[in-house]
Amino acid sequence: MVTLVEDIANPESAEASSVKLQVRNLAIRYGSTTAISGINLEVRENEIFGIIGPANAGKTSFLKTLNRMNDFSSDMSVDGDIMFEGTNIRDVRNVYALRNRIGVVFPLPVGLPLTIYENVAFVPRLRGISEKAELDVIVERCLTRSALWDEVKDRLDSLGSLLSGGQQQRLTIARALSQEPELLMLDEFSIAVDPVTTMRIEDVLKELKQEMTIILVTNLVQQARRLADRTAFFLEGQCVEIGTTEDLFTGKVKDSRTTDYIEGRFG
Amino acid sequence: MDNTNVVDNQFLETKLNISAKRTETLFRILFMIMAALLILPVLIILTTLVVKGGSMLSWDFLFSDPVNGMTEGGIFPALLGTVWLVGVALIISVPVGVAAALYLSEYAPDNWFTRAINLAIINLAGVPSIVHALFGVGAFVIFFGFGTSILAASMTLAVMTLPVVIVATRESLQAVPQAFREACWNMGATRWQTIRRVILPNSVSGILTGVILEVSRTTGETAPIMFTGAAFFIPVLPESVFDQTMALSLHLFVVSTQVPHVPEALPYGVALVLIMMVLLMNSASIALRMHLRGKKKW
Amino acid sequence: MIRSSRQSAGNLPDINQRNAAWYIDKLVQYLVFLSGISAIVLIVGIFIFVTIEGLGFLFEDFSFREFFLSPWWEPTDDDEPTYGILALMAGTASVTGLAMLVAIPFSLGSAIYIAEFATGRKREYLKILIELLAAIPSVVWGFIGLTIMNPLIIDIFDVPVGLNILNAGIILGLMAAPIMTSISEDALKAVPDRYREAAEALGGTRWQVIYKTILPAAKNGLLGGVLLGVGRGFGETMAVLMATGHAINIPGSVFDSVRALTATIAAELGETAVGSPHYQALFTIGIFLFSITFIINLTADLIVRGIRKS
Repeated sequence: MVTLVEDIANPESAEASSVKLQVRNLAIRYGSTTAISGINLEVRENEIFGIIGPANAGKTSFLKTLNRMNDFSSDMSVDGDIMFEGTNIRDVRNVYALRNRIGVVFPLPVGLPLTIYENVAFVPRLRGISEKAELDVIVERCLTRSALWDEVKDRLDSLGSLLSGGQQQRLTIARALSQEPELLMLDEFSIAVDPVTTMRIEDVLKELKQEMTIILVTNLVQQARRLADRTAFFLEGQCVEIGTTEDLFTGKVKDSRTTDYIEGRFG
Repeated sequence: MDNTNVVDNQFLETKLNISAKRTETLFRILFMIMAALLILPVLIILTTLVVKGGSMLSWDFLFSDPVNGMTEGGIFPALLGTVWLVGVALIISVPVGVAAALYLSEYAPDNWFTRAINLAIINLAGVPSIVHALFGVGAFVIFFGFGTSILAASMTLAVMTLPVVIVATRESLQAVPQAFREACWNMGATRWQTIRRVILPNSVSGILTGVILEVSRTTGETAPIMFTGAAFFIPVLPESVFDQTMALSLHLFVVSTQVPHVPEALPYGVALVLIMMVLLMNSASIALRMHLRGKKKW
Repeated sequence: MIRSSRQSAGNLPDINQRNAAWYIDKLVQYLVFLSGISAIVLIVGIFIFVTIEGLGFLFEDFSFREFFLSPWWEPTDDDEPTYGILALMAGTASVTGLAMLVAIPFSLGSAIYIAEFATGRKREYLKILIELLAAIPSVVWGFIGLTIMNPLIIDIFDVPVGLNILNAGIILGLMAAPIMTSISEDALKAVPDRYREAAEALGGTRWQVIYKTILPAAKNGLLGGVLLGVGRGFGETMAVLMATGHAINIPGSVFDSVRALTATIAAELGETAVGSPHYQALFTIGIFLFSITFIINLTADLIVRGIRKS
């Protein structure tokens, strides 16, 4: 068990204390198929870390391993180390706590078949908050931040699973925010959301950066350009490029495929 | 448009097609008659029971004791005994059955052991009722020392109807989309928190339909209780689960085969009460299922 | 690493500390596992307890030859009790066989009608009625055999006794039909629609499609349904007890009264002393019944599961 934190991905990075998440030699296989191999990267505290790449680049599999959701897929095997706040996530004693502290938003929104209110109050209740007044505050705050409050404030007791796709996605984001996550992972969140709402959520994300670290997986390279501080380019299970978003989008790249992808020549 | 119609008509009017159409109609009608013949007995049976036993039905019949060697009087002890037997059986089988279904639906990995459990459930459902009776005698009456009692009979019934609860519960649990579970797990909910807050509330009515079905099955069972706790005739009502009791299903067997000089209408009356209880519960279960199917929650 | 200016939404759980939720989850996991294996425990338990009670007989009075080949079931004979179940097996087999002759065509026909022809409301009502047919308790079926079928058979066929193979066979057929119908319907519906579309595109009528394409494709499921029906018929007790006439007999025609294995246990267990050879012999019949139905159900399941996989 290696405990020494080596900075493989970016030697001239800032001091170790600002590293939120460090991934070393990560490989993911489904049965005999390799989804991801040799990924080395780090995500720093309070940055938006963008991940771009075409379909089947292994982006979603990558996110799944970060909060150990791979535990539920028996055909998925993971090698390598993922250090979260200095702990290897493979060794955490309470995996639920790990997931609880990492917020996730998936491409297809899932409003739980509970009321809108209970959807957002779900995690606070798990954490033992049962006072109505306290929950009210949290629910309103999270729904407001996810740009959904105005639309649903009069029907908080209708089912979250019957909202429209765009609304459900914002509900999912509100739920993730209710976790007060240290790390928020968004996986192509804007697929089910209209452009106006997307822009509103993007503004929210820029604000949230002050409080948490954000990993933004997106198929829209321009979204990464607008939001991400640093961006990684995944291709066929490999991390081809990693650098500041500015470098990537101004052609300062090690691998020409990165520029090809960004400029839309493939993908 | 006209052109295609002409072409179609030409096809239909060939002799071959006409005879094929006739065959199809013939078979269609044949199968319809078969289906009708299959359900006709239900209607005949119900009608006969109502016609011949309907005159017996009265509050007095339901709520008074049998007298004169069970040739007169009512069925109250049998009715009450059935309630006891079914009630105690439910208390045992519902928690175990729901928990077993939870294991199979929410926890069990897809491996040989889980397949063995599923196989055991199917086989348990197929064990002859009289073998369940033998098991009840060997295990509950003798080995565990409950004697012939409501407890022993109800446990036998519970074992017998356990598969009904497990299968119905598992089905309604699995009707809850996997995405909801994953959403909860992603937020750090444990499996149990997920089950308690999201899965169970959304499958409880489905479980209920299964439980009603089980009650119906349990009410009608006779063989498993014959030697484990139900008696032909007992002059006193049961006071605890260690007492023996009469039961409606066994009472029907007794008055129609074991007791001489029973007036013809009496067993019909007993059969009518029994079948009405059973069909009512089944209909309730079906109605609930239909209602749920029409209600959209996601 | 101290978090700053965080609005508190409860205590953030520590990833290196197991909390109450963690332990409760583990506890529940063990509890449901215990319930989960109950079916296996019970199946094994049934076999063990029934065997234990029958063990004395198996070791002392049991003779394989007599048990399976003698038609004389005379356990109460004072001088020389004999325990032959041949006649009882013949009773069970004849009733179950006739029941299948009744049930197979009717449930197959109904299943085809429901799965391939009936639509909408009609189909729903049919399914509900067949479900209600399945709900009628076996003691009520036995009562029907005694009171409705018995005089009917005497009248129609001009025979002295109406409690016989015919009576019990028809009743058992009706009892087994619902499950066979519903399994057959499942098997037919499991045949993908593209089979139907492809065959219809080639110009076949609905019946031709069913006969040439769907029935062959569904044959395993149909077979599984029949086997489950056989298992039901084999294990049925009350209806058979009341409708067969209860005479130990190797039958020569459907109008003969017979006695089934299950009915023998039901009729005699109450009158035997616990632990007596007769009592143990009845449990031995139980072991035999359990084994046969176990094999039938296992086979049926393997066949039905086989089609679900492919």
